[in-house]
Amino acid sequence: MEAKRLFSMLIGGTIGPVVILVTAIIMIWYAGAVYLNSSFLIDRYEKNNIEWTFSQLASDSWSMERPVLPSPHQIAKELKKTIWDKKITSPRSLVYHSRVTLSSSMVGFLMGTFLGILLSVGIVYVAALDRTLMPWIITSQTIPILAIAPMIVVVLGSMGIIGLVPKAMISTYLCFFPVVVGMVKGLRSPSIILVDLMNSYSASKVEVFWKLRLPASLPYLFASLKVAIALSVVGAIVAELPAGAQGGLGARLLSGSYYGQTSLIWAALITASVISATLVTIVGRMERAVNNRMGLQI
Amino acid sequence: MAKPSSSKGSESSAIDINNLFLTFETQTEPVHALSDINLKVEAGDFVSLIGPSGCGKTTLLRVIADLEKPTSGSITVEGKTAHQARLDRAYGYVFQTPALLPWRNIESNIHLPLEMSGYSKSEQKKLSQEYLSLVSLTGFEKKYPWQLSGGMQQRVSIARALSFSPDMLLMDEPFGALDEITRDRLNEELLRLWEQTQKTVVFVTHSIPEAVFLSTKIVVMSARPGKIIDVIDTNFPKDRNLDIRESKEFLKVSQLVREGLKEGHSDGS
Repeated sequence: MEAKRLFSMLIGGTIGPVVILVTAIIMIWYAGAVYLNSSFLIDRYEKNNIEWTFSQLASDSWSMERPVLPSPHQIAKELKKTIWDKKITSPRSLVYHSRVTLSSSMVGFLMGTFLGILLSVGIVYVAALDRTLMPWIITSQTIPILAIAPMIVVVLGSMGIIGLVPKAMISTYLCFFPVVVGMVKGLRSPSIILVDLMNSYSASKVEVFWKLRLPASLPYLFASLKVAIALSVVGAIVAELPAGAQGGLGARLLSGSYYGQTSLIWAALITASVISATLVTIVGRMERAVNNRMGLQI
Repeated sequence: MAKPSSSKGSESSAIDINNLFLTFETQTEPVHALSDINLKVEAGDFVSLIGPSGCGKTTLLRVIADLEKPTSGSITVEGKTAHQARLDRAYGYVFQTPALLPWRNIESNIHLPLEMSGYSKSEQKKLSQEYLSLVSLTGFEKKYPWQLSGGMQQRVSIARALSFSPDMLLMDEPFGALDEITRDRLNEELLRLWEQTQKTVVFVTHSIPEAVFLSTKIVVMSARPGKIIDVIDTNFPKDRNLDIRESKEFLKVSQLVREGLKEGHSDGS
């Protein structure tokens, strides 16, 4: 009976399942660290003729200087060292690098959203643009971002444009696409009957846009923004990889792999995903606030 | 445009349609939606368009509303072209579904046409109050459409169509999706509204009792090509209620409409 109650407590709530899942991931991670780091360690034991036990192998593989896969507590230590123990203006602080990445991804996100909305309005209202623009927009997304990012950075760099702008442009390049696709669908979402209603009032195109098409498109816009804001962080990091950027999580990833410091790479990765998740959550909150304001059911 | 003052005088009809044809060009073959329509509607009339589905009654209403262009023939609405009448917001249109904007509350939905006609905020408020009370929905101003039943939503849509004081109300099977009981109640309510507001009403329906109960004039139509078979005038007292549906006169008119529909059917096939 007791076991049954404990079980339902674990499964029933919201915290229970999350705790179970995270615990499982951490356990698999530790096991994976032993598995991936063992071959190097065993080689070393055999070379030095050391008798080794499994417990020694485990403890060694969880405390290596340059492991293939660092264990969770090593990453946690690295995170504490680079976030908590450093001045946030220091180039060794992840807070500093996050700020660099975040500022270019936010500029890129805003520009991408603006560009996306502008293009979608053009596509919906101008028949010629509908036929000519859409193929180019789709083509633009078939080019791998890893191929085009260095070129943009280098070309703009040779024109004397460096720093935030080229990085933001790569975020823009990734962001505008989901916004265009979502907004075109959203602006076309009002039913024929509602368009007829507006016509029966002899409403102008501008009135139909502001009073009907734009409000009807907002749910589509928010779905797109959630995708776009996560992409904007990816874009900024990718843009920081080539040409040795001065700062940012991408530069941090690069120097981590250069010096074989895997815990540094993982710390930067985890920071990036926490930033993305936070941004997506913020957009989700904004969506709920707007839905509430518009009286829509959630 | 300067117009002789007599054109808006009492001698001009609210709606005047002559030799009107409408053909939809489709990929396979042209569809003759309306064929040789001649119809005169006087101001203050309650006209029902009745016929089987596909007879073009909704299309005819849409032509009057200038939401559809005729292929040939002439139509004037309030003494003007249908197009000019639409630009002047001469009519309120009630659709088959309530067509309320889900993100606006009830009051704000009624404000929609008023905003575009340039009424001030306080006038909008006053008018929405007035027309919501006319359709007995006072107290629902701040509710959203999804919080209301289908019948209530359709009443909001009628209030919205009346709110900017057009002379004419065009209604396309407004109660078709509602249950019988709600429909009866709204029929009585509509009759009372028509009596109070003195509007010209054109009402599309496929229900014979509904048409006979509401109308001063019943236009019977047949399908393929959509044309007018018969126009039946009725003469019931203005303050009638649903009880007259049991009267001899009511049954007689219903019979006439039924025969007209039958005749159109045998003609068509």
